[in-house]
Amino acid sequence: MNTEGKVFKYGDNVDTDVIIPARYLNVSNGDELAKYCMIDIDADFASNVQKGDIIVAGKNFGCGSSREHAPLAIKCAGVGCIIAPSFARIFYRNAVNIGMPIMECPEAAKEINAGDRVAVDFSTGVITNKTSKKTYKAEPFPEFMQKIIAQGGLVKYVSKKINGEV
Amino acid sequence: MGMTMTQKIIAAHAGEKSVRAGQLVEAKLDIVMGNDITTAVALKEFKKTGAKSVFDKDKVVIVLDHFTPNKDIKAAEQCKACRTFAHSMDVKNFFDVGEMGIEHALLPEKGIVSPGQAIIGADSHTCTYGALGAFSTGVGSTDMAIGMATGQAWFKVPSAIKFVLTGKPAPWVSGKDIILHIIGKIGVDGALYKSMEFVGDGIDYLSMDERFTMANMAIEAGAKNGIFPADEKAISYAKEHGAKEPVIYKADDDAEYDDVITIDLSKLRPTVSFPHLPENTKTIDEAEKEKVYVDQSVIGSCTNGRLSDMKIAADILRGKKVNKNVRTIVIPATQQVYLDCIRLGYAEDIVKAGAVFSTPTCGPCLGGYMGILASGEKCVSTTNRNFVGRMGAKDSEVYLASPAVAAASALKGYICSPEMIGGNE
Ligand code: SF4
Repeated sequence: MNTEGKVFKYGDNVDTDVIIPARYLNVSNGDELAKYCMIDIDADFASNVQKGDIIVAGKNFGCGSSREHAPLAIKCAGVGCIIAPSFARIFYRNAVNIGMPIMECPEAAKEINAGDRVAVDFSTGVITNKTSKKTYKAEPFPEFMQKIIAQGGLVKYVSKKINGEV
Repeated sequence: MGMTMTQKIIAAHAGEKSVRAGQLVEAKLDIVMGNDITTAVALKEFKKTGAKSVFDKDKVVIVLDHFTPNKDIKAAEQCKACRTFAHSMDVKNFFDVGEMGIEHALLPEKGIVSPGQAIIGADSHTCTYGALGAFSTGVGSTDMAIGMATGQAWFKVPSAIKFVLTGKPAPWVSGKDIILHIIGKIGVDGALYKSMEFVGDGIDYLSMDERFTMANMAIEAGAKNGIFPADEKAISYAKEHGAKEPVIYKADDDAEYDDVITIDLSKLRPTVSFPHLPENTKTIDEAEKEKVYVDQSVIGSCTNGRLSDMKIAADILRGKKVNKNVRTIVIPATQQVYLDCIRLGYAEDIVKAGAVFSTPTCGPCLGGYMGILASGEKCVSTTNRNFVGRMGAKDSEVYLASPAVAAASALKGYICSPEMIGGNE
């Protein structure tokens, strides 16, 4: 699994209230939520983002509410990967559970700039900045989580497990 | 190597003799909870698992509290979906309008949570029940769905920070002030992925309501959970509320902590978090100097909507009038608290002072309804988050404080200490 795209860059402590404000939580459909993704931090995000693009942000990305609508909105908006030095723990869980790839890599998060073209290889954890020609190595996911992401999320993983397929 | 309180509870529920920080385990759950927003997503995922019934209809809890009584048609549809699901699964602990309260005030009050349990809730403030000595943590909707289907969840065993609280808090310093102070000290990611374990002689001075407030805001420091030892007070609370027989876990003497932070409660002052992060704390003395005039004061939420919070608000507002520039909204967290406020005369004190007294709901806390801010407006609030746009317009501001500070500020018109309006605690 890989992704390659343009970088959208944000600061520290991007919270779930700006990723998807509560005023849009009266729906739970991912494609509907994607229309308002990042609206309170970057009103143009939803109209500019393209499939495979990458969010690079500061520490504690996704802090705040447990709303799964946040990683879901980002995933349905087409984002291929989020790179940050650290993620808020519920966001981290939710991202893994819904199969939204995230990478913890402080160096990459610091050095990659908005608009750079970046490729991410999930199996190796290698992040390549094609604009600056630099590469980084992110912490790979524990095996258990890799399996969940590879299956496309916890629900698929669990239902396959129930049927003895994994 | 010894284990922390949290690690012991996780080990027991994972069927392991011992666990260490960083280990991934699958643990059995005592309670799986969700609300009207998160359950609406979870039930779709639940169906995808192929499960025909919930793992235990006594251990699943669904509370319609965020946008209820329904604020609009879409919210009504979500609640309808939750309601249909709860009935079809015969979920015993399903709380609808008329019975509901804000989930984190409701579950302890109804005796649904008990010391020693492992609890997940699809709501970040599920960490509240740590006040009872339970391992309780917020998760997302998929975790809730899998929890409902299997009665299990995966956890990465957390390391911990130990907070040793000593001494007696000064007058007007409440659990809210203590937790705001702590978040100001360690930052909004100061306890990321970790447990916050609160110990020390200082906790003897804290009521259960105050401990709920503190455990509630552990997530605001990024923590996986906040936990207090299940002492006499916690055990009698659980018993009085008809909870299951408590199971007591104590941290081992040689438990390993990432950090030990000692806080002398007698030195603290009422504390306020300035926009737009809970870590932006100032003491009330610093805050007063800035003369922050507010347009609204909100007293309620899962952080500070319990009876003792209502009492403080009523005591401060009684016989006075709120400042005419401050829309004051008081929201008891549960039907029981609401009823007690009527019975004890607090509701009358609050309404006569010119405040709104609402049915239980999360309402304005997450910017749902019942007190949304216009652009540029400022609100002092007893809630737990002051992120950009949390209570309304993107450029509105929320200042987090205790009920005493919020009530005093409602009278004065700007953020001030309850000491300013006279009276004793
Ligand atoms: S009162 Fe606020 S923080 Fe608590 S559960 Fe409701 S929305 Fe969440």
